[in-house]
Amino acid sequence: MHDFAEAFRLAFALAASGDADLIEIIALSLQVSLTALLASSVIGFGLGTLVAVARFPGRGAAIVAFNTLMGLPPVVVGLLVYLMLSRAGPLGVFGLLYTPAAMIIAQTILITPIIAALSRQIVEDLFLEYDELFRSMSVPTHQAMAAVLWDARFSLVTVALAGFGRAIAEVGAVMIVGGNIDHLTRVMTTAIALETSKGDLALALALGIVLLVISMTVNAMALSLRTTAARQAYA
Amino acid sequence: MRELALRVDEIVSSDADAADRQTLPLLPLKVCGLTFRAGGRTLIDNLDLALGMHGITMMLGPNGAGKSLLLRLLHGLIAPSSGEISWNGVPLGHSVQERQALVFQKPVLLRRSVGENLDFALRLMGQSSQQRRDELLNRVGLLRLARQPARLLSGGEQQRLALARALAADPQVLLLDEPTASLDPASVQMIEGIVQDASRQGMRIVFVTHDIGQARRLADDVVFMHRGRVAEHAPSKDFFQSPASEAARDFLAGRIVL
Repeated sequence: MHDFAEAFRLAFALAASGDADLIEIIALSLQVSLTALLASSVIGFGLGTLVAVARFPGRGAAIVAFNTLMGLPPVVVGLLVYLMLSRAGPLGVFGLLYTPAAMIIAQTILITPIIAALSRQIVEDLFLEYDELFRSMSVPTHQAMAAVLWDARFSLVTVALAGFGRAIAEVGAVMIVGGNIDHLTRVMTTAIALETSKGDLALALALGIVLLVISMTVNAMALSLRTTAARQAYA
Repeated sequence: MRELALRVDEIVSSDADAADRQTLPLLPLKVCGLTFRAGGRTLIDNLDLALGMHGITMMLGPNGAGKSLLLRLLHGLIAPSSGEISWNGVPLGHSVQERQALVFQKPVLLRRSVGENLDFALRLMGQSSQQRRDELLNRVGLLRLARQPARLLSGGEQQRLALARALAADPQVLLLDEPTASLDPASVQMIEGIVQDASRQGMRIVFVTHDIGQARRLADDVVFMHRGRVAEHAPSKDFFQSPASEAARDFLAGRIVL
């Protein structure tokens, strides 16, 4: 109980003091996760839309794969990326291990299936709704895809925010490929893990509260978007 | 240089062909031995039909007669199991379909504003202009709602928007699948007025309904369908005065037609 009270006091004190280390950790967390989100959105929305709209052999297997990979354990992703980026690995020459770039790669791999699977479902549902109309109007495929993506934009932003939530809260993969190096690869989740192992539970909880606030902000944005879309009957 | 000139000629010629195809009349329509089977049932059964160049054809018949299905087949949204559909000798295909427009019983509207729904159709036609958009919206009485989200419109307004979108394509043939089902009388009257205007301007109308009163008001000729076949095709006056088929007589008398 004492730890909780101390954690809240410390969290507010840290936030109020504008602690440089804390700001650095938060900034790196956001930089890594937002960059991973950007990369995942480009790949995931593209793959999701392709699988939603196109008919090709193995489409069912692709859907199963997306859905299965949504539950990828972060430590497994971390391990795979570690093997790829380690000196003996195929991408070892780039020297990316224990850098923010490695963490971005790991998070991108982790959240791309989530974005692809959820966007596939959203785009496919809307595409089915529009399908007869588009065929009736002889809408070319590329215009049909663009129209569906545009009309599904509110839902797709929610998907992206879900991906961001997963990325920013993830610890296993970034710990393995980033190494939790102070002033280089330390992000909020790895810092929490470190402070917990050191026994500084109050600081760990304070960082957790900051993480929670970011997560809540993201969720509030998602809810606000959906509410706005529903109010305007676009969703 | 000569090659370039030839290629330019080809492009000009192909554009001219496309323009010709666009202006060539789609009618008459000839349907021979059309059959459509699904789920082990024959829903359209060896159907023959011919439609002339002008007017409003009302497709009448009880529920399950195959009216809406026939409309989808004529528009090429579904492929027949067998039989032929030819529009002025041209088999169904992209060039035929783009000269028709279909209004569905339940309008499918994009998740956009009223005006943007029309813009989408006009852009497809390469005619995107606010003047044309406003003209169409005015024609269906929706100009003041141009900025409203389309899905917040009432049922009648949504159907009028769908009709405006169909008219935006300036089709030769307008196919309407029970567009006034479950609408209030004022909306029905408004939609019928728009359809009659379109017909007066030379658009060929094929209108599916099971509303006898509506068929009486609008029809130049009536196609009465029963069990996936054309039981009767006659000028409106003849059909309503002395229907030739027993199924049509029962239908007009309000008896259950099985």
